[in-house]
Amino acid sequence: MVEWVRVRADMPPGHVRTPVYLRGKTGWVERHLGPFPNPEALAYGHDGTPTPLMRIRFTMSEIWGTDTAHPDDTVDAEIYAHWLENIEQPHAP
Amino acid sequence: MPHDHHENLSPSGHPYRADNDHPLTYWQQMEIAIRELLIEKGVTTAAEINGQIDLMDSRSPANGAAVVARAWTDPAFRSALLKDASAASKDMGFDIGPLRLIAVENTPNIHNIIVCTLCSCYPRNLLGLPPDWYKSRAYRSRTVKEPRKVLAEFGVLLPPETTVRVHDSTADMRYIVIPNRPAGTENWSEKALADLVTRDSMIGTGIIEAPQVP
Repeated sequence: MVEWVRVRADMPPGHVRTPVYLRGKTGWVERHLGPFPNPEALAYGHDGTPTPLMRIRFTMSEIWGTDTAHPDDTVDAEIYAHWLENIEQPHAP
Repeated sequence: MPHDHHENLSPSGHPYRADNDHPLTYWQQMEIAIRELLIEKGVTTAAEINGQIDLMDSRSPANGAAVVARAWTDPAFRSALLKDASAASKDMGFDIGPLRLIAVENTPNIHNIIVCTLCSCYPRNLLGLPPDWYKSRAYRSRTVKEPRKVLAEFGVLLPPETTVRVHDSTADMRYIVIPNRPAGTENWSEKALADLVTRDSMIGTGIIEAPQVP
């Protein structure tokens, strides 16, 4: 079953591993990678409690709009769980 | 022959390379200071540091090429590589350290390309030092938005029916593309196949041309 997720649209200051161009975008879990130390905490000398990391797949049309040249091409990126919100299904195009 | 004086040009007309004898930058000084402190406090030694530099310099795309050639010729290894690329590479003798590696496979309908938009993550332990263009802002920003244009500039022209999958190496994983095995290599040895595999084909910015029949 496809797990749909939306990347949080927040813009917090500091060391953040979630690319800005993917924030607020909807994709699906390509694979689960397991827990990894949270780099946003490690960067400031904290323990970095292990946090689930997932590879999320986005379509070009979701990221760049439906008039993009090749809407069905995809971008995969690793996103930490605390940046993701579960959603039931993607928003209508 | 009249002597034409050209500023900064060699007698043959080529520009001289600038001497890099400018003062140390802030970060160069910081690196030296921390390295010397680590040695003075006995945390590491100069020999250990040199050993690590030599080890990294010894890594080259030939390591990745050997992994690709094995994946082409050994179905069990190919499955293991796609399942857990770090473990499969380690089994071949390429210990990629604490790095986690993911292998993504090109097919006749799918072309994969690797980028790191946030910085320049690269599987150095398997492919050696990254090419300068991989670290450029242009490559990093354009590959996720117009990958086919970037690929075309590398000479890789893909038909519209091929799906392009961009992999943005944003966190803890590193990536290697398993390129398509070229036609006409059915009876080739693993070693001969490895010689065909290019660094760019394992980043996804190159494809491997079918060998010319002599």
